Amino acid sequence: MTALTTAPTPPRVGPPEKRRRRVGFSQRLSRWDVKVSPYLYISPFFIIFAITGLFPLLYTGWVSLHKWTLIGGEAGYTGFDNFTAIFQQSEFWLSLRNTFMIFLLSSVPQVIIAIVLAAILNQNIRAKTFWRMGVLIPYIVAPVAVGLIFGQLFADQYGVINTALHAIGLPKIGWHSNTFASWSAIATMVNFRWIGYNTLIFLAAMQAVPTDLYEAAVIDGAGRMRQFFSITLPQIRATIIFVVITSTIGGLQIFDEPRTFDVYGTGGPSHQWETTTMYLWNLGWGPQQNLGRAAAVAWLLFVVIVIFALINYFVSSRISTSEARRGTSKQGRGRRSSTDRKGAVR
Amino acid sequence: MSSVPMTAQTAGKGAARAAARRSGGSTGFGAERRPRWLTYTILAVVVVVSIAPLYYTLLLGSSDQQTISKHVIPQWLPDASIFDRFSDVINSGSFNFTKALSNSIIISVVTAFSVVLFSTLAGFAFAKLRFKGRRGLLVFVIATTAVPTQLGVIPLWIIVTDLGWQNQIQAVIVPALVSAFGVFWMTQYLEAALPYELIEAARVDGASMIRTFWSIALPAARPAAAMLALFTFIQQWTNFFWPSIVLSQDNATLPVVVKLLQGSFHTDFSLVMAGVFLTTVPLIIVFILAGRQLVAGIMQGAVKG
Repeated sequence: MTALTTAPTPPRVGPPEKRRRRVGFSQRLSRWDVKVSPYLYISPFFIIFAITGLFPLLYTGWVSLHKWTLIGGEAGYTGFDNFTAIFQQSEFWLSLRNTFMIFLLSSVPQVIIAIVLAAILNQNIRAKTFWRMGVLIPYIVAPVAVGLIFGQLFADQYGVINTALHAIGLPKIGWHSNTFASWSAIATMVNFRWIGYNTLIFLAAMQAVPTDLYEAAVIDGAGRMRQFFSITLPQIRATIIFVVITSTIGGLQIFDEPRTFDVYGTGGPSHQWETTTMYLWNLGWGPQQNLGRAAAVAWLLFVVIVIFALINYFVSSRISTSEARRGTSKQGRGRRSSTDRKGAVR
Repeated sequence: MSSVPMTAQTAGKGAARAAARRSGGSTGFGAERRPRWLTYTILAVVVVVSIAPLYYTLLLGSSDQQTISKHVIPQWLPDASIFDRFSDVINSGSFNFTKALSNSIIISVVTAFSVVLFSTLAGFAFAKLRFKGRRGLLVFVIATTAVPTQLGVIPLWIIVTDLGWQNQIQAVIVPALVSAFGVFWMTQYLEAALPYELIEAARVDGASMIRTFWSIALPAARPAAAMLALFTFIQQWTNFFWPSIVLSQDNATLPVVVKLLQGSFHTDFSLVMAGVFLTTVPLIIVFILAGRQLVAGIMQGAVKG
């Protein structure tokens, strides 16, 4: 890191007559400068974030307690009516189910494939940068574009995938009619865009694993698989947690890909792939134009995401602390035995 | 080297190799052997799968509806006819493509610039200055990186309508001016990259705080700032949800146009795909020029995050 520090231009020392200053005033000024500057520097972030990020989020709760339409605006307090109305909509529960299933189908394979790919890239391969850039290509395709392109690949009649299935004698799959198939198709889009990105994150974590752990393992006779499961995976655990939490927060808000999966963008004729964010959009900006109910959905989804993130955090931090305890003792043991062996050999 | 066979007898299978490597002075675990063809085959397949959808888009874009409906893969190489499709898309009456392109550029450049500026300012304060409440505020910033602010769209919409900003790009720009992740990222970077001695030297020489920031912190932050700018640019370029709500077809951004392509050309899919490819071209250029930095940026962020 320090190597990257570009030589900063040294501060120019002012001419001596300028530096002879009126001590009282300029000292006070300088003290004031020291005290106030930090707040001044962080304030743009906090002010803009408060107005455009935090306030809207909290105000969503307020809107959700009111009758509020897209054109007419606020029309009186209604208590929890919006919420009870939503709880009675099967569409809401369907959207939660779809969101959750698409999330599961995308995040689990995504993390596993990314870890395996990272392990492959973490070898002494030739043209490292080329391969790393290669896996990152999907990241530059916008999710809407991914949705359109894969919508075509997964087309029910003339799509590439169904044609290929047909060619090898398998039945075509109704990617847009079968519920589970539509989830899989959308999850594939998410995976396509994010596997490479997460691979690089895992690769970086793997490169930070101390090499003497592997050397000790080799001397103890551990094979490559054993090294992967007993050293690599425990050592990158913190990074796995980080990736899982970020993909939870992002994945539960999924909108772009399912919205462009077909021309209508409403999540399929019987809401097979309508996600909660799409439902929110439909309520607010679709035919109903009911911002109050949309706000209730947003607020509920927010709560779901927070609960998910917290569960993730507590479960994984519990695992990681107990694992870290075991890991350090293991590490200590590994180190000791490696030096013991060395001593013995020499 | 004479100890190698003996090591092989007394220790595990790979120990001889490890010992040889040690005495050979080469470092790094992977240095022991070059991976075999299987590794390269897997990697090649992954890269092909990564490129294939974009290439297929290009193929469909250089074909026409009749061919597409008969052949899944209309041809194996793209041809110049895609430029005709491009001009059809650009001159389409269903949306204003050139406006969307310039909007996307303005939004991405302005937000990249402002996120970098405000993040570096705040990052400098958090990393190197002492002030009351520093720790608490920093924890708050880190916590907000996990907040799904996208779910605040309804009040955001209400505010924007009150201000009369509907269908104007400042409605997209203003909420994206700052980023909690950016502040966190710059704080982390400056903590490691900016030595206190430099700041003290500048202060002793009588530089004001803002002068210190401008001539000491900002140059030191340049590598991280460039990466932050790159990621902000890409994020805004591909952003869809909020722009699709506030902007309309005559004043859209490129992702909004992509959605509109689908509705307006559904009878001619080659046009849709040509349009999709066209909106991705700028990021392909960015990737060719700065792909290395993207890779480095993701990997650095990972180690710290």
